[in-house]
Amino acid sequence: MAGIYLHIPFCRQACHYCNFHFSTSLNRKNDFISALLKEMEVRRDYLGGETVETVYFGGGTPSLLETEELQVLLHSLRAFFTIAPGAEITLEANPDDIDIDITAASRLRAWREAGINRLSIGVQSFFEEDLRWMNRAHDARQAIACIRMAQEEGFDNMSIDLIYGGPTLPDSHWRENVERAIGMGIPHLSCYALTVEPKTALDTMIRRHQKADIRPEDQARQFLLLMDWAATAGYEHYEISNFSLPGHRSRHNSAYWQGKNYLGLGPSAHSYNGVSREWNVANNARYIEAPGLVVEKEVLTPVQQLNEYIMISMRTMEGIDLGVLAERFGAGQASVLRERAEKYVRAGKLKLAGERLQLTKEGKLLADGIAADLFF
Amino acid sequence: MKNIRNFCIIAHIDHGKSTLADRLLEMTNTISQRDMQAQVLDDMDLEREKGITIKSHAIQINHTHKGEKFVLNLIDTPGHVDFSYEVSRALAACEGALLLVDATQGIQAQTISNLYLAIGNDLEIIPVINKIDMDGAMVDEVKDQIIELIGCKPEDILLASARTGVGVPEILEAIVERIPAPEGNPDAPLQALIFDSVFNSFRGIIVYYRILNGSIKKGDIVQFVSTGQSYGADEVGILKLTLDPKPEVRTGDVGYIITGIKNAKEVKVGDTITLASNPHPEMVQGFEEVKPMVFAGIFPVNTDDFEELRDCMDKLQLNDASLTYELETSQALGFGFRCGFLGMLHMEIIQERLEREFNQTVITTVPNVSFVAYTSKGEEIIVNNPAEMPDPTRIDRIEEPYIRAQIITKPEYIGNIMTLCLGKRGILINQSYLTTTRVELVFEMPLTEIVFDFYDKLKSQTRGYASFDYHPIDRRDSDIAKMDILLNGDKVDALSALIHRSRANDFGRKLCEKLKELLPRQQFQIAIQAAIGAKVIARETISALRKDVTAKCYGGDISRKRKLLEKQKEGKKRMRQIGNVEVPQEAFLAVLKLDD
Repeated sequence: MAGIYLHIPFCRQACHYCNFHFSTSLNRKNDFISALLKEMEVRRDYLGGETVETVYFGGGTPSLLETEELQVLLHSLRAFFTIAPGAEITLEANPDDIDIDITAASRLRAWREAGINRLSIGVQSFFEEDLRWMNRAHDARQAIACIRMAQEEGFDNMSIDLIYGGPTLPDSHWRENVERAIGMGIPHLSCYALTVEPKTALDTMIRRHQKADIRPEDQARQFLLLMDWAATAGYEHYEISNFSLPGHRSRHNSAYWQGKNYLGLGPSAHSYNGVSREWNVANNARYIEAPGLVVEKEVLTPVQQLNEYIMISMRTMEGIDLGVLAERFGAGQASVLRERAEKYVRAGKLKLAGERLQLTKEGKLLADGIAADLFF
Repeated sequence: MKNIRNFCIIAHIDHGKSTLADRLLEMTNTISQRDMQAQVLDDMDLEREKGITIKSHAIQINHTHKGEKFVLNLIDTPGHVDFSYEVSRALAACEGALLLVDATQGIQAQTISNLYLAIGNDLEIIPVINKIDMDGAMVDEVKDQIIELIGCKPEDILLASARTGVGVPEILEAIVERIPAPEGNPDAPLQALIFDSVFNSFRGIIVYYRILNGSIKKGDIVQFVSTGQSYGADEVGILKLTLDPKPEVRTGDVGYIITGIKNAKEVKVGDTITLASNPHPEMVQGFEEVKPMVFAGIFPVNTDDFEELRDCMDKLQLNDASLTYELETSQALGFGFRCGFLGMLHMEIIQERLEREFNQTVITTVPNVSFVAYTSKGEEIIVNNPAEMPDPTRIDRIEEPYIRAQIITKPEYIGNIMTLCLGKRGILINQSYLTTTRVELVFEMPLTEIVFDFYDKLKSQTRGYASFDYHPIDRRDSDIAKMDILLNGDKVDALSALIHRSRANDFGRKLCEKLKELLPRQQFQIAIQAAIGAKVIARETISALRKDVTAKCYGGDISRKRKLLEKQKEGKKRMRQIGNVEVPQEAFLAVLKLDD
């Protein structure tokens, strides 16, 4: 059981906070599609014939692809890989690509027909001032409209992204954003604390005092509020930034967190086969020149594998399974970890549920530092 | 003997001493152009970089004057206040001194104090004004300063440019004609003054001396008077650019001896060498045991590296006997050494040498001077370390060392200097105008006040137009308290300081503020307190880290994230644990950075 990720490295407009790999020039989109098809062929054996349970079009903005392009890509994927009949096939979409013009409904239908059965929509906020502050391409009206359209076209399995903790989002607006998402019956929410990544436009603007800096205490408070609201509405907080109604977890992302194998296609995409991880060049021109050229590969030592297991599984609702850990990395390591975790259990940051070490609500605010401290 | 001249050069840093020395060696063909490397005498990297001479050196120059051959021994002296005793011994080995003054700068404080030392040793002074070809040379004004100081005639003053060589032949002539030949009895028992020693990893300690009476031969059994130790003279000789072995070194000359001594501690600058079989009845006057003035802890950055550091300290002491150290244990920093230094520069030099020559990165703790605590039971306790300070309830009184500080500056800075020195508990003793544009201020001050930020402040308050020199004078009663730093209630012994009570509040507040900057936020609140005994005098709080969690952790984020956290974990390993607080190394250096 494995997953395939396809990175579509184009955007119409750069969001100020984004540090993913993308280009706002669509000139080479055709060349890119050809390169991506070529890479599928080159790397068709990477997953060793494993059945592909999930496919994820991420970016960038995959929704700016023409429907024909999506169809071709999905067709070729089926030719080169074994895609399970019930596979989860997600498309990241921007509201402005859904609520685009009078062709909106037919585009959505074409996506469905091509095999897309899950949408992840980059809504971010339902408030105009927020969207402008982030330099999003859509407005508040489109944010709502696109969800309705997608639902009308039968995309029940849907996620939206929301961003909190920015200076333009008071708690009252944050509450409205979450309530609206819940109220619209969206079964999956990815809620991200606004992060100032180095070398982004946002970073520069903050350093030049053109934008207010983010305040960790606001982020912590809004995160805690979110956890309460989501729990009340029956959502599982199944990963630090992900909430879902039962049965609606992202299978693709869950596979990352369960340490399953994945193949990443497209510039900057990462692949993992349980032992090593490798990634493609994060440059469109160079990718098009040599599709599938891996720029870097790391073979994970057992300690690195263990550390990754700690780091990732701790972020999930299930937590670190000491039993599984003992099986994979040795009983000694498991008992060392249990001992090290003790002070966090006493401090109320971790709790031990049977054999599982899980973050408490307070602990979720500090997951990175705790993970680093538990590292081997 | 009548053709020997022993001389040194008295000059302020950057006034051109080393350049002049180079020119003298060049013009007399003592070294070939090929071997010439700028500032030949400064052979430690550090010396060349700082442009100062840390250790004394000596070199013999052969010079023909009016058809007669002369031996000129140039004894180079260290150029910093921390090394004034070594300077005094080098001077005692000479009959004459070149007083070298930069024409653009005029006489500086340290030049004056060394000049007085030279005059006190009855040295013939040859004043030389250097850098006369530079823009801004004030030849007449500097001449006036010199005449005022030593009462010479204007025509006695030589003008030179060591850089271009102008005036250097006249200097050579003056050395021969004005400096008296050494006196001494070649037939008397050996009496030689040790003015320096160096460590050579192949040959052990090489001792430099000046023979006052008698002679020293290869194979002699010599005795060092102060230590009473006897050694065989494996090799004796004179000092050229390299060692030049001779069967014998005679009265009046400067030479070296190799005896197989491995430890610099056995050789004391100022000591007398004589023959074991036929000792000279008198020791050369002026010998003192060099005492460290400033103390600080030196700890390895990684506690595991202690043994390696010990090794390096041992080696370092082999060639720097003025460095003293003993084992120290700190709860915060583990095993290390309590080190004694001649002064702040010496401390800096040791730290840098540990880093450069021995590749050791160390943590240096708050420096302090040596206090004496008298208990109510009449015990006398020497306190070189805050941990040694007895409980306040047991203390009757405490004495702290005082210095006589001499500052020469431009009149417009008198106000600033007065403010600075009075703020440092200084007492003005004298103020005198050397010329209309140079004034000398003399203060008595507690040594501890110049240990922290005095030099930097003096520099900034006078835009660099002040020179400073000091000598220890005595100890005086003082209200000294031990100030502790607490993190969440746990004492950080490595940050304790001995400080005058009047300064404690200000110092405590600054230190707490600095620590607040240097300590990373942790998952709980951290209280930083400065306290004297149980009384808290300053407090800062670092609020708890509120949020430390990455938003996204998908397929492409995992490697980067893991590496980031691994790095964080590595960083934590290098931190020291005080109670529940993790303290990075920079924090232990906070005190030294207070005025950044």
